[in-house]
Amino acid sequence: MVARMACAVRWSADDLPVENLTYAEGWHRHDDIPRSNNVTTKESSGLRSIREFFCSIKLAMFLLITLAAISIIGTVIPQGPPSQEYLQTINQNKLQLYQALGLFDMYHSWWFIALLSLLSVNLAACSTRRLPGIWRTISRPMTVLDQGLESTLTNLTRIEASGDAAALRTRVAGILKDEFADPIITEEGGAFHLFAQKSPWSRLAVYAVHLSILVIFAGAIIGSLFGYKGFVNIPEGESVDKVTSRSGKEIPFGFALRCEKFSVAYYPGGSPKEFKSILTLLENGKPVAGYDRVPVIVNDPLSYKGVTFYQSSYGKLGSHEFTLSEPDGSNPQPLTIQSGGSARLPDGSGICLQETTQDISGEEPGLSGPAAMVEVHLAGGENKSFIVYADNPARNRLSVDYTGGKLLQYKGGEDSMYTGLQVARDPGVWIVWLGCALMVAGIYVAFLMSHRRIWVRVENGVVTIGGNANKNQGGFQLLMERLVTKLKLKLAPEDDK
Amino acid sequence: MTSSLLFNLTTIAYLVSTLCFFVHLASRNARAGAAGSYTAYAGLLVQTAAIIFRWKESYDLGMGHAPLSNLYESVVFFAWTIIVIFAFVDLKFRYRIIGAFVVPFALLGMAWAQLELSNKIEPLVPALQSNWLLYHVVTCFLGYAAFAVACGVSIMYLIATRAGHDKKTNKGGMLAMFPPTRLLDDINYKAIMIGFPLLTLGIITGAAWANYAWGTYWSWDPKETWSLIVWFVYAAFLHARMTRGWVGRRAAWLSITGFASTIFCYLGVNLLLSGLHSYGG
Repeated sequence: MVARMACAVRWSADDLPVENLTYAEGWHRHDDIPRSNNVTTKESSGLRSIREFFCSIKLAMFLLITLAAISIIGTVIPQGPPSQEYLQTINQNKLQLYQALGLFDMYHSWWFIALLSLLSVNLAACSTRRLPGIWRTISRPMTVLDQGLESTLTNLTRIEASGDAAALRTRVAGILKDEFADPIITEEGGAFHLFAQKSPWSRLAVYAVHLSILVIFAGAIIGSLFGYKGFVNIPEGESVDKVTSRSGKEIPFGFALRCEKFSVAYYPGGSPKEFKSILTLLENGKPVAGYDRVPVIVNDPLSYKGVTFYQSSYGKLGSHEFTLSEPDGSNPQPLTIQSGGSARLPDGSGICLQETTQDISGEEPGLSGPAAMVEVHLAGGENKSFIVYADNPARNRLSVDYTGGKLLQYKGGEDSMYTGLQVARDPGVWIVWLGCALMVAGIYVAFLMSHRRIWVRVENGVVTIGGNANKNQGGFQLLMERLVTKLKLKLAPEDDK
Repeated sequence: MTSSLLFNLTTIAYLVSTLCFFVHLASRNARAGAAGSYTAYAGLLVQTAAIIFRWKESYDLGMGHAPLSNLYESVVFFAWTIIVIFAFVDLKFRYRIIGAFVVPFALLGMAWAQLELSNKIEPLVPALQSNWLLYHVVTCFLGYAAFAVACGVSIMYLIATRAGHDKKTNKGGMLAMFPPTRLLDDINYKAIMIGFPLLTLGIITGAAWANYAWGTYWSWDPKETWSLIVWFVYAAFLHARMTRGWVGRRAAWLSITGFASTIFCYLGVNLLLSGLHSYGG
């Protein structure tokens, strides 16, 4: 078991983006922290252990798993001020505990922010610790295939070749250039050393991903410091010039927004197809050119001077006139009910206005004129819905029992709509998108590209070749096999021909 | 409708494929394994046709939208992406036996969709009327499917390492056809290397869409939070390979945990929790 695990460890490490660095770069395989040979010995051991704690991948693993586990809480406990229904399901002790721990707004609680901050410190520390070594690997590659480097290469091949070193060097360089990359040639110790590499900078990708997380956090912080979110309701024909943000502050836009009209379109089956507000932007009371009567629908917001308005909800406004009289129509008393509102009948029961239409003929063929659907809460606790007409007293008379023996008649009314708009200003959002783009690009490069290096030592009569890659070992092996085959073919001693 | 007939055929194909793979697993019969792969590919073709037909049918009904708008459509699409990623792994690594641990996920999805869920084509609600729908759903589900493959392979890894598969003395039974454990570990890692960038893109397209539709790119909605949980688990998996104590079986367990969180993010959040993302997918 142990032996097998060890085998898996050694093998899997070959595919690591970061781990597979040779000893010569000052790294030690399989350790959380590379033992850099330039760690100063003057540093006190306490300070170093603190630094190593923040740099460790064990801390990163702990934070990632803890964040994953702890985030579950806020998906089970509803976030935001607890609703009445929810409060009834938990007891007082639990409620106090949850409130003390900030579980109703856990993603903004001090301990969650602290975990995210620790993650930021951890990945910044890990990255800055490793970057200098990586940078050296990229900017000052080892160009000489010496004994030390040779011992780290597992695919070293020796090829017998004819001709002197200088002539061989030129031929090998040509083949390397054709098959892989243009080599750097160094003469040392009586031999020529050729070094060629591809995409060394792909080693930086993983640090770009780490940086992108910090960039996204920075964008989120800027957005929460300098932006706001709020909600406005605008009745048709009216305008607003400020919004109350979620934190309770009143924020003026610097311009005004008027709702000209709100409408809902439906599919033939009756489900909503489109919620549309027609909006006009006003500066100093005058419509702004290009922002006069613009349609705003869900998934198509309106932006102006950094403030964006999103179609979010709607409702009805308006007042409706009724009369209450004796069943024969005498002694009429007026009664006004707002759209969606309610009123009291003389006998004390409540009446709610549910829906109105100014022409009933569409729903009830044969009838015409305005009609209203109302609901009465009867004394016995029962609710009764019925329709009240404007032009049909005979039908209205059928419902007198529900209204305390009085005759209720609809006179008509005016309905208007209001639109509910989400308002947001977020100066940090572009930084967030920049971070996202960096993250995606970084992940793709980190996963798909590998830093491949090939060294060749050319001596009289013998060519030694070896190389390594930090990812995709299989692909690199194929490349090496092809290269070696070609070299053997081209450099074969004369007497073999 | 043509599409529902084709979806039924697809389900049968994945059933036959699963059975062939099980026979392959039990009997070590190579032909059963080949039959498993080919029926899975045939099912994939039929299902692709079915999805295209359903797309066309929605236009015929005057609604015209990609078939990614409700639970039925998303489950069907998930099954499709699982077989796409499986085909990729099958053709690249040529270990048929992996099918026995991956195709059942697609079969489960199709069977559930065909037996339990309503396959009615519905009009698109205003919140979903956006091009982001396609980018967001396709990236998320391809990512989920890669995680499904990684999970299947991790289960194989756990079985193989428990039974002492690598020792020459223990070469009998179904383990004889298992790829070497280091290859299983490699496929697990590679599948997550496909899935992780796709999940990242899925979360980012979701955030971009939320920002465009609601003005907030992140609101700690249960769906968003769970997608982040999944992301954390796989980020941990990727870092696990750099620490001695986390490779091998523990990494396999992380991969399985990751897929369990993925399934909760996909289905659990919609079926058990409430939030903004109540579209069935």
